[in-house]
Amino acid sequence: MFGYALRRLLSTVPVLWIALTACFFVLRLAPGGPFDGERPLPPAVKANLAAHYNLDQPLVVQYVRYIGGVLRGDLGPSFVNQDFSVAEQIGIGLPYTLILGALAFTLAVAVGIGAGALGALYRNRLGDHVLAGVILLGLVLPNFLVAPILQLVFGLQLDWLPVGGWGGGTITHLVLPVTVLALPHVARISRLMRGAMIDVLSSDFVRTARAKGIGRAAILRRHVLKPALTPVVSYLGPAAGYLLTGSLVVETIFGLPGIGRYFINAALNRDYGMVLGTVIFYMLLIVVLNLVVDIVYAWLDPRVRGR
Amino acid sequence: MTKTRTMMRRLRLSTLLPALLPGLLLAALGAEARVLNISNGGDPTSLDPHKLSGDWENRIAGDIFEGLVTEDAGAEPIPGQAESWEISDDGLVYTFTLREGLTWSDGEPVTSDDFVFSLRRLMNPETAAKYAYLQYPIANAEAVNSGEMPIEELGVRAIDDTTLEITLERPTPYFIGALTHYTAFPLPEHVVAEHGEDWVKIGTIVTNGAYTPVDWVPGSHVTTEKNPAFHDAENVSIDGVKFFTLEDESAALKRYRAGEFDILTAFPTDQYAWMQENLPGQARAAPFAGLYYYVVNNQQPPFDDARVRQALSMAINREAIGPQVLGTGEIPAYSWVPPGMAGYGEPAEVSWKDLPYPEKIEQAKDLLSDAGYGPDGEPLSVQLRYNTNENHKRVAVAIASMWKPLGVEVELYNTETKVHYDELSRGQLEIARAGWLADYNDPDNFLNLLKSDVDFNYGRFVSEEYDALIDEANAETDTDARAALLKQAEQIALDETAAMPIYYYLSRNVVSPDVSGFEDNVFDIHRTRWLTLAD
Repeated sequence: MFGYALRRLLSTVPVLWIALTACFFVLRLAPGGPFDGERPLPPAVKANLAAHYNLDQPLVVQYVRYIGGVLRGDLGPSFVNQDFSVAEQIGIGLPYTLILGALAFTLAVAVGIGAGALGALYRNRLGDHVLAGVILLGLVLPNFLVAPILQLVFGLQLDWLPVGGWGGGTITHLVLPVTVLALPHVARISRLMRGAMIDVLSSDFVRTARAKGIGRAAILRRHVLKPALTPVVSYLGPAAGYLLTGSLVVETIFGLPGIGRYFINAALNRDYGMVLGTVIFYMLLIVVLNLVVDIVYAWLDPRVRGR
Repeated sequence: MTKTRTMMRRLRLSTLLPALLPGLLLAALGAEARVLNISNGGDPTSLDPHKLSGDWENRIAGDIFEGLVTEDAGAEPIPGQAESWEISDDGLVYTFTLREGLTWSDGEPVTSDDFVFSLRRLMNPETAAKYAYLQYPIANAEAVNSGEMPIEELGVRAIDDTTLEITLERPTPYFIGALTHYTAFPLPEHVVAEHGEDWVKIGTIVTNGAYTPVDWVPGSHVTTEKNPAFHDAENVSIDGVKFFTLEDESAALKRYRAGEFDILTAFPTDQYAWMQENLPGQARAAPFAGLYYYVVNNQQPPFDDARVRQALSMAINREAIGPQVLGTGEIPAYSWVPPGMAGYGEPAEVSWKDLPYPEKIEQAKDLLSDAGYGPDGEPLSVQLRYNTNENHKRVAVAIASMWKPLGVEVELYNTETKVHYDELSRGQLEIARAGWLADYNDPDNFLNLLKSDVDFNYGRFVSEEYDALIDEANAETDTDARAALLKQAEQIALDETAAMPIYYYLSRNVVSPDVSGFEDNVFDIHRTRWLTLAD
């Protein structure tokens, strides 16, 4: 298991490096630079700024400098928030994004699996259809639509929850953003779970177990859950990726200081260092999460480990 | 479910502590602390006044620092760190006397050396301060900033600890007003010398204004606390300010309605009518010293023909734009300089201002056919550029439809702000939207936009007569004579339709009824020391 994990991690390093390089050069293709704006700068000042940040050097030189910095752990300065380096800002913003993502992930998995299982066990009854309808809405409505609606209903009209902000991380401030982020995944996970469970429930070995007289609860626990979870788990890898990209929108709408907001702001303001820094972290997160998912998958299905 | 609860408990304690800290800080101010919550739009680039260029950054900088001259509640210049000043007869030498006993927030005295240090650093080309040009009236400032002279040659001198002498290039009537700007704030020399660029970090930064910054979470908020060392601290009623970073105006309005914010510094214009009905008196749209205009490429046919430019300008129904297209009632602009600039009186106007609109359309059609365009001549097509924004789009769409009766085909082309200005500065435009907000209270702010040697003159309008009049006015010491010369220049620009003024900006704020002392003014500057918050 450990060897497998190590091999997987090492194989991602070249991928990360290629992605980072592509990102570096593609960013420069965008017209407009970090110091263009509504108030144009006198050319002398622009030249000074370019020199200060080494932007007047040939692109390849800047690239080599940047990679050298990354290897030393220095992600460079930020043009937009000049009092904080890129590494400092990511350090400040990352916990918020991780907390938001982790809570949404947990919620999506817990509610998704639960709802899917219930749907399978009580299939085709009224409850199953109602649940399916609600879940379809969660799948179809985009998060930038659901978020303001929830803000309006729960924040303004009912006044049960704050409309936005981090508020020190209190539960009330987290309820809406976590729900909005988790919703599409609750939908997909519950569909996958329901389908998988229905399959497994009608399989031979379950019928054998029932014929042997093993109780319903025991069957569910020992024979049904693990195989039913395999398609769900294989979805979780990409789900982690979607959660990260979904967090960009949620953080912006709810005003949460995570790295998603930095990313959008940095892209619009051509803050090259910041964009690349957040790209590195997103890639690392996706790689690690996919690896974790693969390990869980291998544990669930021993046939995978042999490969 | 148990696992989730344990995870959440663990998360709340250890990982959320950094998020809790600022909250604890504010709690430390005491349960009775009056904290003003402002939705400020963007994150400041820095707390270093030399690195700023935006009005949202000015809100923070002007609360934590104070210059020789500062603003009162109506944004009029009043003595700040300087208690008085004298101006020499030729208008070139200003001598400032600082107040007794001024200190930084760490107790060190504020001396005239701090001002000398700060202005030299501002003009030092290595600092690359974006707004250094605002203080170019100071002798040798432009030369120093371009690297042609050493910084010691800057016309600023400390006569003694409390006396500062500033020499100007030429008499500048608006200089006192220009000193209220953040480029003229003093910096704590002792802190910058010790910490270098890290002097602005929270915990190290030291300021001389009514407030000091105590916390900054990028992407979330900047928190300031009342500075007991401020010379007027006993009259400062609000204990601290929290400036929230929130670009989404709709979300900000929702949070205001939920009571989370006391002041909004922008609001979605399509909600203005609703706000006037449901939140009466809170949404404020007030005249603002800014001009919204369309740049015309004076060098590119067919726009190099003044008749074409004038025809297009005449066909714009400016009276409809503020009230109907935008909904907030912006004032139509028939002059280049917005009303209210000091010492200017009534600005010059286009000759056709008072014609009824149908008349304007007829004359416009005639002008176009004289130039060879319109139904009987060549078809005229225009590419109209604007930077991506709902309001710019509405205005552009409206104006495109106003040009249709003249037989003009309009292609609307929008790009994001950076790209827009990048292409404008390279002359890639036919007609493009632009705006200019006054940096200081003087008409040459706006008239400089049309000088031939200025970068901001995107339309490349070139008139030797115009340039000569501006230069002559700058050498003139008598305010009335100067105003007359500037007005002549303005009239030339308007007669030639150098560009198309459209409307004068309105400042947009939403102010809670709990806040008093918030006076609308043309610079939209509202320093927190003049505000009070009801309990």
